[in-house]
Amino acid sequence: MKISFNINGQPQSLDIDGNTPLLWVVRDILDLKGTKFGCGKAACGACTLHVDGEAVRACSYAVKYANDKRITTIEGLSNGDELHPVQQAWMEEIVPQCGYCQPGFMMATAALLEQIPNPTDEDIDNNIVNVCRCATYYRMRKAIHRAASIQSQNTKTQTS
Amino acid sequence: MSNAKPKKKFSRRKFIIRSTVGVGVAIGATYFTRPLWRRSLAGLLNSAEAPYVGNTDEPRLWFEVTAENQVILNSPKVEMGQGTFTGLAQIAADELEVDIQQIKVIHAPTASGNIDGVSTGGSTSISSLWQPLREMAATMREMLKNEAAKQLGTEVADLSVENGVVTGNGQSLTYGEIVKATTEWEVPDVPTLKKASEYKFVGQPVPRVDLKDKVNGAPMFGMDASLPGMLFGAVVRPDQIGATFVGADTSEAENMPGVVKVVREPDFVGVVATSRMAAEQAKQTIKAEWTTDRNWQSSDIEAMIKVGKGDPVTIQKTGRPKRILDNEEDVLTAEFTSPIGAHAQLEPNGAVVHVEADKATVIISTQVVDITRKEVADRLGLDPKAINIIPTYLGGGFGRRLHTPNAIQAAVLSKAVGKPVKCFFTRKEEFQNDTFRPPTHHILRGKLDEKGKIKAIEHNLSSGDVMFGSPLFPGIAAPILGADVGAWRGGMIQYKGIPNFRAVSWRVKLPFATSWWRSLGLLANTFAIESFMDELALKAGKDPVQFRLEHIQDDKAGYRLSEVIKAAAKKAGWKDEVVNGRAMGFAASTDANTPCAHVAEVSIENGEIKVHKVTCAIDPGMVVNPDQVRAQCEGNIIMGQSAAMYERMIVKDGQLLPSIYGPYRMALMRDAPKEIDVVILENDDAPGAVGEPPMGPIGAAIANAAFRLTKERLRSLPLVSS
Repeated sequence: MKISFNINGQPQSLDIDGNTPLLWVVRDILDLKGTKFGCGKAACGACTLHVDGEAVRACSYAVKYANDKRITTIEGLSNGDELHPVQQAWMEEIVPQCGYCQPGFMMATAALLEQIPNPTDEDIDNNIVNVCRCATYYRMRKAIHRAASIQSQNTKTQTS
Repeated sequence: MSNAKPKKKFSRRKFIIRSTVGVGVAIGATYFTRPLWRRSLAGLLNSAEAPYVGNTDEPRLWFEVTAENQVILNSPKVEMGQGTFTGLAQIAADELEVDIQQIKVIHAPTASGNIDGVSTGGSTSISSLWQPLREMAATMREMLKNEAAKQLGTEVADLSVENGVVTGNGQSLTYGEIVKATTEWEVPDVPTLKKASEYKFVGQPVPRVDLKDKVNGAPMFGMDASLPGMLFGAVVRPDQIGATFVGADTSEAENMPGVVKVVREPDFVGVVATSRMAAEQAKQTIKAEWTTDRNWQSSDIEAMIKVGKGDPVTIQKTGRPKRILDNEEDVLTAEFTSPIGAHAQLEPNGAVVHVEADKATVIISTQVVDITRKEVADRLGLDPKAINIIPTYLGGGFGRRLHTPNAIQAAVLSKAVGKPVKCFFTRKEEFQNDTFRPPTHHILRGKLDEKGKIKAIEHNLSSGDVMFGSPLFPGIAAPILGADVGAWRGGMIQYKGIPNFRAVSWRVKLPFATSWWRSLGLLANTFAIESFMDELALKAGKDPVQFRLEHIQDDKAGYRLSEVIKAAAKKAGWKDEVVNGRAMGFAASTDANTPCAHVAEVSIENGEIKVHKVTCAIDPGMVVNPDQVRAQCEGNIIMGQSAAMYERMIVKDGQLLPSIYGPYRMALMRDAPKEIDVVILENDDAPGAVGEPPMGPIGAAIANAAFRLTKERLRSLPLVSS
């Protein structure tokens, strides 16, 4: 079937089996490799990206549901060279170890901060449920709080 | 530097382990099966520094200078999150006199000739390259200076170097310019290396060199690789323990859309298609036939892993512990167990392979570049030199990538279609075909003297294999050693002030693959020994920290261990009492000469242990990057907590289960301690192991803390049932 969506600000049209997981479209057809395969069953969150601003586990999201929607992947999270507050915080806290799961965590965090700009530890516990085998959770928590603070600082600057 | 012609070779470092095992092979296996020899060999392997096996005398294999004055460091070690690339960049930058930003570390493809002869693992990358890399970087700097002197028409003594720019005689040349104008290189003797006080980067918390790429989601992992014209493969893998491939009905798969070829081999069947989905869908229709010898259950495995079954080897003995423990009254005895553990690394195994007529290219996340090359070469019937392994960043290693049959399968599929093929495990296949951390059983016996000091202690451990059967370990070593070096890692008594102690390792061969899992036996062995030390301390009516200090020997290893124990206790504000529903637990271990101690602070919430804070003290010797040492401690603590508290594979009707995250319960954000405090001591003058030692004490520290709240001694991992 013919499917159209906007991905990282670019319009895209494809003729494809609508049941293909969005993850494989993004990775293998559009060659955006930042979104990772971890489990294929929406159990680990490595493939988290945004569809219309919401965090979605792309391995278990058929591409047909993305029709006419706006998709953002880790490659589109930054504004050109200007890192997203979440990425900036991840840099400052030196979060990644192997790094494989980190795009999924950053996408989940960016979506969380849209919903809850200043999450408590409990908000983080309840909403950030991806798997990191290097177990970088300690620094991730610090980075999430830092990202919230960078984001609110940016908002203040913009409104003043 | 392609024209460099080294004229002199450096002296190599001592090859302690290799020469010893080599001698054993030469003299003959029987000689080393004598108990005393086995014990000395075990002791040597436990404390010896692991050497780097590979080239250490040709700077041109390691460094390349670009016209833009950047230095490319061709690393034969792979980066799997442990921070090795950053450490190597720091070490090289200091001796090369370049800024850290000027160094770019890449994985050396085997075609470059810079090949690690063993593996990336065992927490040895920085420690084993510390000396040779500094020597090569310093030599390289001198080579550049010598050429610069000629090009600038001055003496080497009159030159100064900073940030890769050589200045003298009123002029400057960048390293890039020097290289461009040089055709013949002379390799001088190794110059005097810098003193610690002269380092700009070593010892500093330099941000990871791969940080920006990882934050931007750059395509850097094996699974991100692709080649022009690439097709997608899928291989049918068994879900039954001990399954042997018989044959397959592939008729339906042959006609599926997108299928290019069904590939039937004597040992497996696979399919190549135009997309991953087409390949996986076709695979689902293949009816493969397997034979299995038995319908295994968890109870079968548990019955096998018992001290007293299998082959025992005494790996450590001082005094007469057995006589005392067998004959005297009031001996404390306790049993401990640990379960089968999965690696569960996020990036599945797989490879992108292109087999051509007389050569092959393999892009892969692997910890054993050289073994992967040999194995692919063997299967294809090619010379290993015809195979170029291009290692990538690893989406987690943890020992999972010390076996790479996936590369062979991808190579066979590629050869069958004459095109590049990408072939990866599914998550279910990854869980069910893992090379697991073996389950263990431990019996500890201890006897206190009239002053409440340990008179005798004994650790008996039963474990599935870790090293034996691994392509990393020569088959001859098993009969020589008798006991699996990996299984008993952390299994020796580290308190050598005790007058009588021994450790006995019982080997059990399990029906499924067990192998290297980060820190090997350290996690389970330390859990058993350090829980037991806590029991003995309480029996003696002593503070567990003081009790440990009373039993440490008076030598350098003892000094380093007692310093980390004191540092952890001090930093945590150690108090053996329950305050506001929280208790502390203490444990310590020594792994690969790195002592480490943890204080865990826990409470019981809704009947489950909640870990609030972990204080860690570690002495890895000289520290190259304190931030990355901290990161390794933090990661080890939480990964170890995950394994100790939640993780367990079971065997049901011949299958290893669970086969997905979630049911395979692991620590998530909500479980991780909100506070981790790391104290770094540096009581040695060279860098030591960091990537695994902090895994040791965490299980016992948590269990010991929980005991103070519940009065129930938890002697089986996982501590919380999932």
